Amino acid sequence: MPTHYPENSVGLIVPSTAHFADPLQLSCGEVLPTFDLIYETYGTLNPDASNAILICHALSGDHHAAGFHSAEDKKPGWWDTMIGPGKPLDTKQFFIVSCNNIGGCAGSTGPTAINPGSGKCYGPDFPIVTVQDWVSSQSRLADLLGIHRWLAIVGGSLGGMQALQWTIDFPDRVAHALIIAAAPKLTAQNIAFNEVARQAIRTDPDYHDGWYSEHNTLPARGLRLARMLGHITYLSDDIMAQKFGRDLRQGKVNFDFSVDFQVESYLRYQADSFVGRFDANTYLLMTKSLDYFDPAANHNGNLTLAVAAATASFLVISFSSDWRFAAGRSREIVKALHDNHLNVSYANITSSNGHDAFLMQNPQYFGIVQAYMDQAASRA
Amino acid sequence: MNKLSTNTMPSARGILAQRPDLALIADWIKTDTKVLDLGCGDGLLLQYLQTTKNVSGYGVEIDDCHIAPCLRNGINVIQGNLDQGLAEFDDNSFDYVVLSLTLQAMHNPAPLLDEMLRVGNAGIVTFPNFGHWRIRYSLGVHGILPVTPSLPHQWYNTPNIRLCTLGDFAELCRQRNISVQQRQTMDHNHIDSVMTRLFPSLFGEIALYRFTRYISQSI
Repeated sequence: MPTHYPENSVGLIVPSTAHFADPLQLSCGEVLPTFDLIYETYGTLNPDASNAILICHALSGDHHAAGFHSAEDKKPGWWDTMIGPGKPLDTKQFFIVSCNNIGGCAGSTGPTAINPGSGKCYGPDFPIVTVQDWVSSQSRLADLLGIHRWLAIVGGSLGGMQALQWTIDFPDRVAHALIIAAAPKLTAQNIAFNEVARQAIRTDPDYHDGWYSEHNTLPARGLRLARMLGHITYLSDDIMAQKFGRDLRQGKVNFDFSVDFQVESYLRYQADSFVGRFDANTYLLMTKSLDYFDPAANHNGNLTLAVAAATASFLVISFSSDWRFAAGRSREIVKALHDNHLNVSYANITSSNGHDAFLMQNPQYFGIVQAYMDQAASRA
Repeated sequence: MNKLSTNTMPSARGILAQRPDLALIADWIKTDTKVLDLGCGDGLLLQYLQTTKNVSGYGVEIDDCHIAPCLRNGINVIQGNLDQGLAEFDDNSFDYVVLSLTLQAMHNPAPLLDEMLRVGNAGIVTFPNFGHWRIRYSLGVHGILPVTPSLPHQWYNTPNIRLCTLGDFAELCRQRNISVQQRQTMDHNHIDSVMTRLFPSLFGEIALYRFTRYISQSI
C-alpha cells in the first residue's frame, strides 16, 4: 500500500467520534437526548490550548476537511487547499478541528442515525436544526477537547454563518472569526432556490415522506435535481462560459434529449456523484438552516445590534463573481461590525469562480488568509 | 523640520521613517481618537497611530496588492472604492478622516470632502500642488505637462486626474462651507523649508490641510 502523501498534506487522517450524553436543547423547541459528533483534527494543540482553529462546513460539507482517509483516496478533504503544513491554515502552527454538524449524514447524529425513542432511523423525524444549534453542539466539542477559546473560527458560506453566530453566542470563546462568502441572512431569491431544491426532493415518488430507507429506495431524481440547481448557483455565468461555453459533447447536436452540451454532462456528473454520498433528508435540513439564519431577527432586523455582544476580531471575504452571496452581503456584515467599533478587515477577491471560489486556491485569497492568521498567531 | 522626534517612541519611529508626510499627519492627530484612513496603502499611518497614540480605526484601500500588507501591519483594512462614497460609515463615526495623496486620483473629489466631514469631525487631506514652480516652468516655458518627483507619470497614463493648486483647493473649501484649520507644505523630500514657508504655493510640492465643517476656535 503506498503511503506517500504530498509534502504539504496533513496525510492520513482517522476521524474520531465524540458522544455527548447530556441533552441538547434545540431552537425548534425539541431536545436531542444524546448526540454524536464525528470530527477530525490536524496539527497539535499547544499546552495552553491557544492555537485551536474550528472549521465550520457548508451545506454539503462534512468533517473531512483535509488529508486522506486511505492511500487509495483519489481526492483529499474538501478544504485541503487551505489546510496543511505551510498552507494558510498552517498545521505546523495551529491545531485545527473540523466536525460534521448534527443533522448531517457523514457520521454525526442526523436523519440516518438511530432515534433512541423509536429504535429506527430518525429519517424525516429528525428535528430541523439551526446555525445556533450547531454552534451550541460545537461548543460541547470544544469543552471536550479542552479548548476554552478558539484562536479562530473559519467558515465559508453556511460555515461563515456559524463563525458569525459563535461570536454572538460565545463572545469570550472566539478571538478571531473568518467569515468567507457568507451573508447575514438569505434573500428571497436565495430561499426560492432552496425551495425548488426541496420540492424536487419531496415530490420524488421515491421520497415516501422521508421514509425512503424503510422502502429500500432513494429519492435519487429529486436529489439529483437539487444538486444540479445548486451547482448552477455556485458558478458564475463567466466561469460556465469559460469551462463549457456551448461546447458539444459529440461535435454535433443530436435532436434528442441526450447530452448535447458539455455543461449538461457536467451537471449530470455532479448530480450522480452526489446521490451516492449524500442523504436527502439532510439536504432538506441544511437548506432550512440556511433559510432560518438571521441573527438580526431578534433585534428588529438591526444587524448592528445583533452583533453588539461580539468581541472577536473579524476577517470578512467575498468574491467578485459570487452572485449567490454577493459582495454586498459581506459588506452588510462588515458595516454591522465597524458600527460596533470591532476590529474588522474586509477583502473582495477578484475571481470568476462564483460562490465556489471560497473552496479554490487563489493567490490573493490565500495570501490574505495567511497574512491574517500570521498576525492573529503573533498576537495570541 | 522633524516633528516626528517630539512625541514618538523610538521603536515606533521606524514605521514612518520613509514617510515624513505621514509623520506630519500623525502629528496633527490627537491620542485616543478614532481615525478613518482613506486610501491607506500598506496601513503605515494607522499602524503608527495605533502603536504610539492609542488610536483605533480603519483603513480603506481599493488596491489588491495592499490588503495583505495592511493585515501584516496589524491594521483593519476594508477593501473598497472611494469613488462610491462612504455610505457604509455612519455620521460622526470618527474624529479624523484622512485622505493622503489620493484626492487627485478621485473621479469625484468634491463630494468625497463632504463625505469625510459627514463621517468624521475633521478631515486631513494631502495632495501634490499643481502650482509648484517646476510645474509652472514646464508648462509656461516648455509648453509641456510636467513630470516631477511628486507627479512622475506622463499625461496619458497618470492616475492623477484631478490636479489642483493651493488656491484651487482653498476655493473649493470656501464653496463647500469647509473651514481650513491648518495648512502646511513640503518639498518632494518632505522637508518644510524656508522657501516652502515663505512661498508655499510656489515651493510647496505636497500640501497638507486639516479642515472641519464649521469655523471653529483653533488654527
